[in-house]
Amino acid sequence: MSTVLLGMPGLPPASPRGTGNLRGDEAFPDAARSALGNAQLRRNIAHATTTIRGKRAAVVGELPHWEQLREAGRQLKSHTMAHLDEYLVQLEAAVTARGGVVHWARDAAEANRIVTELVRATGSDEVVKVKSMATQEIGLNEHLEAEGIAAVETDLAELIVQLGHDKPSHILVPAIHRNRTEIREIFLREMGDAPADLTDEPSALAAAARRHLRRKFLSARVAVSGANFAVAETGTLSVVESEGNGRMCLTLPQTLITVMGIEKVVPRVQDLEVFLQLLPRSSTGERMNPYTSMWTGVTPGDGPQEFHLVLLDNGRTRVLADEHGRDALNCIRCSACLNVCPVYERTGGHAYGSVYPGPIGAVLSPQLTGVEDNASLPYASSLCGACYDACPVKIDIPSMLVHLRAEHVEEHRRQSRTPAVESVVMRTLSWVMGHPRRWTAAARMGRLGRLLRGRRGTIGALPGPVVGGWTSARDLPAPPTQTFRDWWRGQEDQK
Amino acid sequence: MRIALFITCLADAMFPDVGRATTTLLRRLGHEVVFDADQVCCGQMHVNTGYQAEALPMVERFADLYAEADLVVAPSGSCVGSVRHQHPLVADRFGSRSLQRQTRKAAEHTYELSELLVDVLGVTDVGAHFPHRVTYHPTCHSLRMLRVGDKPLQLLRAVDAIDLVELPGADQCCGFGGTFAVKNADTSTAMLVDKMRAVLDTGAEFCTAGDSSCLMHIGGGLSRARAGARTIHLAQILASTAEDPFQPDVAPGSVTADAPVVAAPRRSGGVA
Ligand code: SF4
Repeated sequence: MSTVLLGMPGLPPASPRGTGNLRGDEAFPDAARSALGNAQLRRNIAHATTTIRGKRAAVVGELPHWEQLREAGRQLKSHTMAHLDEYLVQLEAAVTARGGVVHWARDAAEANRIVTELVRATGSDEVVKVKSMATQEIGLNEHLEAEGIAAVETDLAELIVQLGHDKPSHILVPAIHRNRTEIREIFLREMGDAPADLTDEPSALAAAARRHLRRKFLSARVAVSGANFAVAETGTLSVVESEGNGRMCLTLPQTLITVMGIEKVVPRVQDLEVFLQLLPRSSTGERMNPYTSMWTGVTPGDGPQEFHLVLLDNGRTRVLADEHGRDALNCIRCSACLNVCPVYERTGGHAYGSVYPGPIGAVLSPQLTGVEDNASLPYASSLCGACYDACPVKIDIPSMLVHLRAEHVEEHRRQSRTPAVESVVMRTLSWVMGHPRRWTAAARMGRLGRLLRGRRGTIGALPGPVVGGWTSARDLPAPPTQTFRDWWRGQEDQK
Repeated sequence: MRIALFITCLADAMFPDVGRATTTLLRRLGHEVVFDADQVCCGQMHVNTGYQAEALPMVERFADLYAEADLVVAPSGSCVGSVRHQHPLVADRFGSRSLQRQTRKAAEHTYELSELLVDVLGVTDVGAHFPHRVTYHPTCHSLRMLRVGDKPLQLLRAVDAIDLVELPGADQCCGFGGTFAVKNADTSTAMLVDKMRAVLDTGAEFCTAGDSSCLMHIGGGLSRARAGARTIHLAQILASTAEDPFQPDVAPGSVTADAPVVAAPRRSGGVA
C-alpha cells in the first residue's frame, strides 16, 4: 500500500547507511588513541602539515587583498547556495546543449549504479580515475570492483593509497601519512612493473609511477573524474591539479564520466577568477596550480566524444536546509583547515572515519549522514579557531561544531528515555551554577577537594571517567581555602 | 571609573588570587571595582558541550546583572568570548525578545582584562614590577575570537624588571578546549605536551596567559611533570609591584602551590 502525503515536506534524506565512506567503525577518541601511539604516522603528518602551512602562509601573505578575496569567495558561495535549484537547472541545460548527458543521483547507491551502467555500456572493464572526493565519498572504486570493473587511480598519492590497500587520510594528499620509504615498499610489492632497483628518492618514485600510469592512460577508454567547479552559464566543468594525470584522463579516453557534488556549481565563468586565486594558495601553497583543465560538453574530433555528468546529492540538500550548518557546502576542498588543525596534526585523517577528515570533515560528515551516525566528530576539536582563520571561503567551523554538538544532545534527548550520565551532570550543573546561593555553597564545598591533595598541594591521578581523563596527565590544583566571593565579603566587611 | 568585576566561576572557586589581583590592579589605577554576589557562571561549558538550553539561566543572569552596567571586566578571554558570541545565540534560540536585546547590550561593554586596560582605560604601563623570566601564551579565544592581538604583550613589555621571552609556536592551541580535555583526553594531552615543551624551551619560570582555564591545563601538566616552571595569570603579574610583590599562593590556589618563586625547588615535602 502506498500513501500520498501532501503536507509539509520532511527533512531531505541523509546519505544512506551501507554505501560509501562517510562513516567510521570507531568513535573518534578511540580511533585517535591508536593513531596517537603511532610514532611514524605522527612524524610524517607533523612534517607534512608544518611544511605546507609555511608555504601557504607565505603565498597568502604576499596578497594585500587576501581578505577581500576571501569575502568575495564567501559571498559567491552563499549566493549560489541560496539559488542552488536555479543554477543546477541552468547547468543541466548548458551541459545538455553542448552534447553532454546529465544524470541526477539522489545518493551514493544511485550514483554508483549510474556510473556502473555507463561504464558497462562502453564495453570496457577498466577506468582511469582523476582524484576525486565525491567518488571516494560514495565508495565508487569498491562498487566498480565488485561489479568486475577495475578503477585505476592516477593521482600519485591516491595511487599509493590504492596500491597499499589503504584509506586516504587527507583531502589533498591522501597518502600524507606515508613517508618515502613506505611508498617504495608499496610500489615494489604491489605495482607489478616497478623497477627492482627502485630507490626511495622522490624523483625515482615519481618516475616509476609515471611509467606505470602511462600505459594505463594510453589503453583506457573510459575516465571517471570529479570536478572542482561547474559553471552554470556555460556548462563548463573544471578540474584543478598539479601532476597532469588529470589532464591525461580528461583528454585521452573516449568516454568521460564526471561525478560532482551539487554544491560545486558556480554561476559565471568570471567567478572562477576568485576561486582560482583562493584555491591553489590555500591548498598547495602555490600561486597557481600547474594544470587547470576546463571542458564544455563534447567537441567533435577532440577529446572524449561522450561526456556524462552525474550530479550527486547524498545528503547535501539536507545540509542546505539547516541555516546553521549549510555553510559547510561552501567548502572548496582546499584542505587548509586540516593543515592548520592541531587535532588533525596529531591524529591524522583516519581517526575521523569518514573520507572527509579534519575540521571540515568534523562538520560535513555528521551533516551528510545525520549527526547521530557521526556523533563523536563534532567533539573532535578544541575549538581553537585556526580553521576559521585559514579557510579561503570563511566557513565558521567552530560555531558550526558548537551547533552540531547541541543538535547531538537534543537528538539524543528526543530518542532516549533514560538520559546519559553527562546529561544529568550538565543539568545538575545548570541548576547549581545558574543560581548564586547554590553556586556559593558549591564553590565553598570545593574546599572538600583539599582532602585529596598530596604533599605538593595538588591533586594527582584519580580514578573515574570524568576526572580520570584529566588527572591522567595533569595535576588538578587543590581548591583554595577561600573562594573569591568569600574573600570579597571579608574585605568589604573590614571597610 | 566604576568597573564591575565578573570573576568567572573557575576563578571564583579555584583561582581567587586572580580576582584579588584584578581588583588590586584596577584600584591601584584609580578605579572603583564592584562585585555583584549574584553573579554565576557564563555558561560557556554548557554551550560548548551541546547543552544550550541548560545555559539559559546563566545567560539570563548575566544579562540581568550587566545590561545596564557601565563597564564589565572578566579576567578570561574565553568567558568574554562566550558573552559576546554565545549569549546572543542562546538568547535567540531559547530566550525572549528582551533577553535577545539585553544580551547584546551587556556584551557591548564587557571586556577581557587586556582589552579593558589598553582600549578602554588607555594604559599600557600599569606600574608593575616582576623580576622574573616570563613567556606569554596567547590562548585561542583571546587570539582568534576576541582578537586581543598584542595587547597583553604591550602590557607585559611595560612591566619593570621583567624578562619577557617569546614562546615558540605561541598561536598553537594548548589542547584544553573545555570538555575536549576530558572527552578527547589523549589528543588533548598530545597537544599539551608540545605546549609544555615550547614553554620549557624558553627557560621561563612562568608561563602567563589571560585565561585561568588554559593555565590550569598547562600548569597541571607542568606540575605533574615536575617541570620547574609554573603558570601565572596576566592579572597577577600586572598586580605585582616592588613594594607588594607577587606571593605564590601559600594558601594553595595556584597550580604548583609549593613551587617557590625565587628559591631553588625543594627536594621533598611541600608547603601545603
Ligand atoms: S572548510 Fe575551508 S579550509 Fe577547509 S577544506 Fe573547505 S574551503 Fe578549505
